[in-house]
Amino acid sequence: MSAITLTINGQDHTIDVPQDMPLLWALRDILDLTGTKYGCGIGTCGTCTVLVDGSPVRSCVRAAARFEGREITTIEGLDPSGNHPVQRAWDEVDVPQCGYCQGGQILTASALLDENPYPTDADIDAAMSGVLCRCGTYHRIRKAIKRAAEYAADPGGDT
Amino acid sequence: MKDLHVQDSLNRRSFLKISMLATGALLVGVGCKDPQQVNELESDTWIPNLYVRIDTDGTVTIVSKNPEAGQGVKTAFPMVVAECLEVDWKTVKVEQAPLDDRYGRQVIGGSRGTPDGWDDLRIAGTAARYLLVAAAAQNWNVSPSECEAREGTVIHAGSGKAARYESLLAVAATMPVPDVADLKLKSRPSEFKLLGTFVPGVDNRKITTGQPLFGCDVRLDGMLYAVFEKCPTFGGKVRAANVEEVRNLPGVTHAFVVEGTDSQSGLAPGVAVVAETWWQAQSAREKLRVEWDTHHSDSSVAYEQEAEALAAEAGETLRADGDVEAAFDTSDKVIEASYYYPFVSHANLEPQNCTAVYHESGRLELWAPSQNPKGGRQLIADTLGISEKNIHVNLERIGGGFGRRLRNDFMVEAAWIAREIRRPVQLQWTREDDMRHDFYRPAAWHHFKAGIDNAGKMVAFDHHFVTFGSGGEPVSGADLSPGHYPAGLVPNFRLRQSVIETHVPTGPWRSPGHSAYCWAYQSFFDEVAIAGGRDQLEFRLDLLSKSYGDPPLDLKRTGDALRIAAEKAGWGSRKLDANRGMGLAFHYDHGGFVSHVAEVVADGANVKVEKVWSGIDVGPVLNLSGARNQVEGAVIDALSTAQLEITFADGAAEQSNFHDYGLLRISQAPDIECHFIQSDNSPSGLGEPPFAAATPAIANAIFAATGTRIRTLPFRRSGIYV
Repeated sequence: MSAITLTINGQDHTIDVPQDMPLLWALRDILDLTGTKYGCGIGTCGTCTVLVDGSPVRSCVRAAARFEGREITTIEGLDPSGNHPVQRAWDEVDVPQCGYCQGGQILTASALLDENPYPTDADIDAAMSGVLCRCGTYHRIRKAIKRAAEYAADPGGDT
Repeated sequence: MKDLHVQDSLNRRSFLKISMLATGALLVGVGCKDPQQVNELESDTWIPNLYVRIDTDGTVTIVSKNPEAGQGVKTAFPMVVAECLEVDWKTVKVEQAPLDDRYGRQVIGGSRGTPDGWDDLRIAGTAARYLLVAAAAQNWNVSPSECEAREGTVIHAGSGKAARYESLLAVAATMPVPDVADLKLKSRPSEFKLLGTFVPGVDNRKITTGQPLFGCDVRLDGMLYAVFEKCPTFGGKVRAANVEEVRNLPGVTHAFVVEGTDSQSGLAPGVAVVAETWWQAQSAREKLRVEWDTHHSDSSVAYEQEAEALAAEAGETLRADGDVEAAFDTSDKVIEASYYYPFVSHANLEPQNCTAVYHESGRLELWAPSQNPKGGRQLIADTLGISEKNIHVNLERIGGGFGRRLRNDFMVEAAWIAREIRRPVQLQWTREDDMRHDFYRPAAWHHFKAGIDNAGKMVAFDHHFVTFGSGGEPVSGADLSPGHYPAGLVPNFRLRQSVIETHVPTGPWRSPGHSAYCWAYQSFFDEVAIAGGRDQLEFRLDLLSKSYGDPPLDLKRTGDALRIAAEKAGWGSRKLDANRGMGLAFHYDHGGFVSHVAEVVADGANVKVEKVWSGIDVGPVLNLSGARNQVEGAVIDALSTAQLEITFADGAAEQSNFHDYGLLRISQAPDIECHFIQSDNSPSGLGEPPFAAATPAIANAIFAATGTRIRTLPFRRSGIYV
C-alpha cells in the first residue's frame, strides 16, 4: 500500500492504495465514486472512461498512482447539476437504455466537443467508437452530440 | 371484469396486512378486497394503493414494480398510472419497488411486463382518481359523476369549483375503495394524453451525473468485496485449493471452498475470495490454484462432426402433414439449403453482481440486479435453507438483461458468501466470469427443403432441425414448436428433429428461439421466393394470406406491418445502384407484429448496413421514446449478434472478453426509422419482438447487394464483413 494524492473533480484526495490498483477501483472502492463503471478490465469497452487533463482515458487498465498531479474528471464531476450541454442533450434525446455505459459515452462526447465544436457523423463515429453500448443507443448518441454542439454554441438556447 | 389478483388469494385471506413500502415505512392496516388497494393516510401522505402516494405538499409518487434493465418500464409503467390518475407528469416522482408478493409478477422476461401490468396499473391510477373525485364531490355535496379530474385537480363544471388533489387527501382516505368492476379504464390511443408521447427516462438525471443506481453501486458500512472462481469446464467441482495461502494475501479477509450443488442454474461449486477492495480480491484470486474434478470435454469441433452425421439421418418426426416426399416428386422446382447459427453470449455490459447482508437474526437482505428476483429468492431459500419470509430483495437498476438475469446464480453465490462471512459483501464477477459462465443461446442447424409449383407457391416443406439437448430433450432455448410456420401454411409439411447431447448451460436469450431461427426461415423463404421468380414481399403476403396457429395469426396486423415497412423503405419503387440491396423479413412473437426492411451498400465482401425501416404493431405505444429505443436497440443487437459466436473446447467457452467477442461499435450502426401502427389492440411488450426479423432483413439485403447468401453465422463465416 502507498499513499497517493489524486485530484478528482477539483478536489484533492489522499488515499492508501495497493501500488498496482487501477484508477477505476480506487474511485469505486476507496472513494465510493461509483459513477465510473467496470465493463471489461482490459481497456476494450470504454465504460470506465474518465477525463484526465480533459482527454478520455480508460481507468480500468492504468494504476491510480500514475495519475498524481493530473486533473481527473469523473462523470460525477462533469456538472453535478446535470446542466452540461452533453448531459442536457443526453436527457432530452433520451439516449440511455440500461444506462450502464453512458458515463463513458458522455465524458468521451464532452471531450470530443471540446476539441471539435461541430463534429460530423464521421468525426463522431471516430471519436466514439471506443465506447461500447450493448443496448444499441448509437444513433441517439450521434443525435445527442449534435444537439449538445448547438447548446454549447448557444448556452442560453433551447430546443 | 375478472378478478385480476388471483395470485394474491393467500394474502387476501389475511385480514391484517403488514406491508413494507419501498421507503422502509412499516404500515399496518385493515385489509380490503384488493390487496393492492390500501387507502390510508400516513401523517402527510395519502396511500390509496401500492402504486400511488400523494403528499400534502402535492408531490405524487408512483411506484414502479418491475425491475428496470433498459427496457424502459420504470418510465412507461408510472406513465400508465399517471395517465389514469390524471396528474401532470412533471409533478411525479418515481420510486422502485422492492420484491413484494402483493405486486404479483415482478419479472422482466417474455415481453410480458406490459400485457401483464396493463390492467393493474390502470386500476391503480383510476381507483385513486375515483377516491379523490368522491372526496371532492362529498365536500361540495354534489354527485361524483358531475366532477372530472384533470392535471391533479378535481373540477365541478356546474359550480366552477376546483380542488387540488393535495387538499383532498384526508377525505379521500375515508372513502370506500371502488370495486374494480365499477372503474371505467382508458384503453384506446384516442383517450390518452400522456401515453404515446415522447418521455425521457426517469433515471436520466442520475445516469448523466453518475449517481448510484446500479447493483454494483451499492455501498454499505463495513462492506467487503468478493470474487468467485468457478471451474472453466462447466459443472466441474473443487477437489482442492490453496485457500490458506490466498487468505494471507494483502487485503484478503476470507478465502474458502464452496461445495455447491449439482444444478446448472443453482449454486456452482467454486472458491470464494473476499477482501477489503475488489481489486485485492481479484489480485489474490490470480494466486489461487484449484484442482478441479471435471467430467466432460464438450467441443464445438465435436458438435459439428456430430451434426454432420445426424444430418444424414432421418431424425425424430415432430409433425407430418400430407405427404412431403410425394409432393417433392410432383413439384415444379425443389430448393434445398442448410443454415447454421452458433452459440452466443448475453454479454450484459454490467457483469453479474449482487450485494448481500446476513443478519444475526437470520434475516438475509440482498440488492440484486435480477430480472426474476422472486426466482432468486426461492433459489436462495432452497439452497441455504432460509425461509423466503426472511429474505428481503431490493431491486437495483440492471445494466442489461437480455434474459441472462432470469437466472440467479449470482444471487445465490452472494447469499452463500454473506452467510459464511457474516459481513456485508458485494460479489462482483469479472467480464471473463460473465462470458465463460453464461446461459448461452444455443446453436442449431436447419436443413430445409421446399417444393414449389409452377406459380412459385410452396407445396411441400421438409425441415430437419438439429439442436442441442440433454437426455434426448432440447435444452432451454433449443426447442422448436411443431406448430411453427410454415406449419399449417403448406399442405405437405414435415418437421424432423435430432438432438446433440450437451453439457453447456443454455437459457433464454432475448426472444428465445425466435431470435435465432427466424433468420434461417426468413432467409430460406427469400431463396424460395427468388427461385419461383416472385417478389419477396408479395411472396410473404401470399404465404400469410391464410392464418395458422393457436390463437390464429392476425392477418390484418401481419399485412399492415409488412406493408408499412416496405412502403416507407420504397420497396420495389426505388431504383438502387448495383452495389446496393434491400432485404425484408417479418416475424410475430411475444404478441408483436414486426417487419423490417434493410438497405446495405457493398464494396466486395465488405458491407455497410445503412438504414433499417421498421413496421411494428404492439397495440398502443406507451412511451414513444422507450418504444423506439427498443426497436432501435433490437436492430443494433441483431446486427451485432450476427457477427459473434461462442465456441467451446475441452468443456469450456473459448471466448472471454470483448477482444474476442467484439460487440458492434458506433461506426457500424445503421440509421433506423420506426413506424408504429397504433392499433386499438391491448398493448404488448417490445423488448423482444423487434429482434427476430432484423437479422434476416439484413442478411437478405446482403444477398441482394452481393449475391452472397448467408447460410452460416457469424457473417464472416459466410465471407461477409460488416
